[in-house]
Amino acid sequence: MPEHEIVGAEELKDTSDHDKIAIETSGAVGEVLLEVDHVTLRFGGVVALNDVNFDIRRGEILGLIGPNGAGKTTCFNAMTGVYTPTEGTIRFKDQEIAGTKPHRINHLGIARTFQNIRLFPEMSALENVMVGCDARHKTSVLGVLFRAYRVRPSEGELPKSGIRRSFAKVFGISRHTLEERAGRRRSMELLRFVGIADRAHEVARNLPYGYQRRLEIARALATEPELICLDEPAAGFNPAEKEDLMGLIRRIRDLGHTVLVIEHDMKLVLGVTDRIVVLEFGQKIAEGTPEEVARNPKVIAAYLGEPDDAA
Amino acid sequence: MSQILDSYRGLQLGNRWDRAPKWFRTVALLLVVAFAFYLPFLNILPFAYIRTDLNPTGSDWASVLFLIVVYMIAAVGLNVVIGFAGLLDLGYVGFYALGAYSVALFGSPSSPVVQALQSRFDLSEEWAVPFVMCIPIAIAMSLTAGVILGAPTLRLRGDYLAIVTLGFGEIIRITARNLDNVTGGAAGITQVPVPPGPEIDGRSFFNTIDAERWYWLALVILILIVWLASRLEHSRVGRAWLAIREDEDAAAVMGVAGFKFKLWAFAIGASVGGLAGLLFGSKQQYVEPNAFMLNLSFLFVAMVVIGGSGNIVGVLVGAFLLTYLPERFRELQEWRPFAFGLALVLVMVLRPQGLVPSRRRAAEIEDRRHEAEEAAADA
Amino acid sequence: MDFDALINGLDRHTLDGITRGSIYALVALGYTMVYGVMKLINFAHSEVFMVGTWTVLGTYTVLGATAGMGVGMVIAATLLALLAAMLASAGTALAVERIAYRPLRKKGAPPLIFLITGIGCSLVLVETFGQVLRAFFGPPFGRVTVNIPSVIETKVVFTIPGIDLPVTNTRLLIIIGAIVMMIALDTFVNKSRLGRGVRAVAQDPDTASLMGVNQERVIMLVFVLGGAMAGVAALLFTIQYDITKFDIGFIIGIKAFTAAVLGGIGNLRGALVGGLLLGVVEVYASQIWDSSWTDVTAFIVLVLVLMFRPTGLLGESLGKARA
Repeated sequence: MPEHEIVGAEELKDTSDHDKIAIETSGAVGEVLLEVDHVTLRFGGVVALNDVNFDIRRGEILGLIGPNGAGKTTCFNAMTGVYTPTEGTIRFKDQEIAGTKPHRINHLGIARTFQNIRLFPEMSALENVMVGCDARHKTSVLGVLFRAYRVRPSEGELPKSGIRRSFAKVFGISRHTLEERAGRRRSMELLRFVGIADRAHEVARNLPYGYQRRLEIARALATEPELICLDEPAAGFNPAEKEDLMGLIRRIRDLGHTVLVIEHDMKLVLGVTDRIVVLEFGQKIAEGTPEEVARNPKVIAAYLGEPDDAA
Repeated sequence: MSQILDSYRGLQLGNRWDRAPKWFRTVALLLVVAFAFYLPFLNILPFAYIRTDLNPTGSDWASVLFLIVVYMIAAVGLNVVIGFAGLLDLGYVGFYALGAYSVALFGSPSSPVVQALQSRFDLSEEWAVPFVMCIPIAIAMSLTAGVILGAPTLRLRGDYLAIVTLGFGEIIRITARNLDNVTGGAAGITQVPVPPGPEIDGRSFFNTIDAERWYWLALVILILIVWLASRLEHSRVGRAWLAIREDEDAAAVMGVAGFKFKLWAFAIGASVGGLAGLLFGSKQQYVEPNAFMLNLSFLFVAMVVIGGSGNIVGVLVGAFLLTYLPERFRELQEWRPFAFGLALVLVMVLRPQGLVPSRRRAAEIEDRRHEAEEAAADA
Repeated sequence: MDFDALINGLDRHTLDGITRGSIYALVALGYTMVYGVMKLINFAHSEVFMVGTWTVLGTYTVLGATAGMGVGMVIAATLLALLAAMLASAGTALAVERIAYRPLRKKGAPPLIFLITGIGCSLVLVETFGQVLRAFFGPPFGRVTVNIPSVIETKVVFTIPGIDLPVTNTRLLIIIGAIVMMIALDTFVNKSRLGRGVRAVAQDPDTASLMGVNQERVIMLVFVLGGAMAGVAALLFTIQYDITKFDIGFIIGIKAFTAAVLGGIGNLRGALVGGLLLGVVEVYASQIWDSSWTDVTAFIVLVLVLMFRPTGLLGESLGKARA
């Protein structure tokens, strides 16, 4: 297919400098990053998750699949602090996180996107991403007000003109200013990385659907998560866009993030993941490499058999 | 009517301002500030007609200017709570009263608190806490009250918060009225201290006659507060508030500690309110419970909302209009509350985003209107 | 603190509290219903009550009703005053809805704006009696307390045996009147077709409108019903206290709102429970400390309830289960 026929392909190209947005990881590839340990979740009499048990290893792309209502999003919500499991525990980097507040879980290093896009609609795309960057910033409210915490700037950070330059040399630059600059730069890089930098200053609600989905990913990446959870990132995408998305997911992993994907689209899941966990009616029915899962008769019966999901 | 109100939008003042070169903006801003400092002596016709002391019964122009600026300070503080963080505080007068009472209780030699300290520590009868020390006390008192009130209630739904804060405002006033042996009761406290300054013509620098000095002092504080507030607005804090306002759950998942930032907004608003109250009490040199009726809270909220909540310029305009107009038309004093109520209803019904809305807020409301229309069309 | 005063007159104070509480409960209904359907605190509701008290005064003046009339005249005058107060209050509530809230609903304004226009309406109504009408007609309008003739002569009807507590006819009328109106309203909301519509909208406005419930009509209905109940409360209030004032609504409105939250806002029976409880707590507190702290008590009760049981004693549910 010639490139110009793909919607917005030119903009979607990654023009970012990966060194600037890659994250530092605190452990070796392959070790257990997150452990879902016999988790059960009940709402009144309804059992949404029943003794679910799996783990996510550092550096992998894990797929979480299952028919509608299988408990995928519930599982996500338990991992990101929206729900507290009724039984069992969830450990992230050997730390119990079940019942922790959502913003704390984010600070620990887990970020997510939403199935039904939830951006900050009146903020520009750039500002949306900057909110994510702020999660890693240290300036307090008083720091913003009084800017008393000064940092000795490196040569590159010094202003060019005379008075300001001498001032910054003597008094340093406030950490707030440096963080704000760094956040802006990093946000721009991330927008480039997901391929929507051309409309960085437009308010989020005016962006086209595909841009909004990518913006959500950029916002989640901005919080520098070791684990990023994507909730049906390909919903509403055409095949070409799905192809792009697969590339994007791989590149996210290459930055150092571990990726968990919930997805309906089997082709995408089989094509991009290293391992797959299959849920049905709140229970895990299979786990393994894409090839193993695709051959598993239980999975075929439960899921692949449904014609509308095979697309 | 609403067309007339909308027509100024065609001028695109906000956009032009943003696009103007930096030197132009600096010069324009300096001119506005210089003019503000000159205002008490305004004598050039026809501008002098805005003075409130043209007829013999009118109030002293400089004192009116002072009151306008004090209310502007309070409104800018309340705007942090309402406009930035989106929390409705109907008891703002409580913090204002706390500020005024702090300086009176600790700074006035005739206050029961100071007298108790005098006899406890064998101090002379003229002794009182110096004014400069009263400032941190006032700010600390209102800030503490803000945190104590906010910590349990900020988790509640928005309109519950409104009623709880309203109750708080009344509790402060009734307590001040009833605790005779601490606050002087309904009679209030006299001899509230004034800021230190050189003596001129045998009078202390800040006295009851030269009101323009009070005005200048308040103006300096206002400029400082506006500067700090706009720092907040364009920082991670402002972004966090906006994110919470737009989608609190999504903000939490993005690492925004919602409760913490809301409490900060509340505490900042409270301390600015306390500061405004301190200025007011000190200029009056007299505080009494009836100066802090609940209507003042509504007035503050109205300043923020009529001007254009979230936009500092709008809030200043709102505070100016709602303080200046009643003073200018003092002969109609009895009609003030009625006109105020009517203005509230009219402005809100015709222009819910306020007279000088923040562009972001205007867009939010415009959006909602479309949604409402679509929903109506569907039904 | 003076617990003896409370203990000595416990029965009397409880009766006093229940009388007060009945009036709070009736006013609370207006808050609760509007909140249940629109998730809005109708700030002007206190003034709806205030208009009712003035209407009672007006009716008595027109009829020339005074103390010491014959029994037939007393009943006729009271019933006419009741009808007039209900009509006037319901009309005021409806007018507020039409003028202040409906245009905002059309524009989809955020909740904050509704609250502000509510405050504006409240001020306009207060000042109408405190200033505007005085400017045109002079007294009794203005910023002073006005006496209302006590048409019903207060008499002890019976004494509760054992505790030797005298019960007057006015107290009895207030308590019975309030309970009868509550039962009537509760039955209406639970049993009638219109009441079902109210519950449907309270539960889920979108689904309700899909099912053909006219939301605008339901909103009008709750304003009218809430207003009428405030009118009843206004008559009962004047029977007990024989006064009105331009700003009388404010403090009763706050108390009634507290009562609504206390019982669980949106819950009709909660309004009754909350009203009675608040009335009793308030009277007790004014005995233990002194009456200048009465108003503070209500606010402290409100804060405590919201902190420890934000959904109120009976939970929030105009829509759910059974009103």
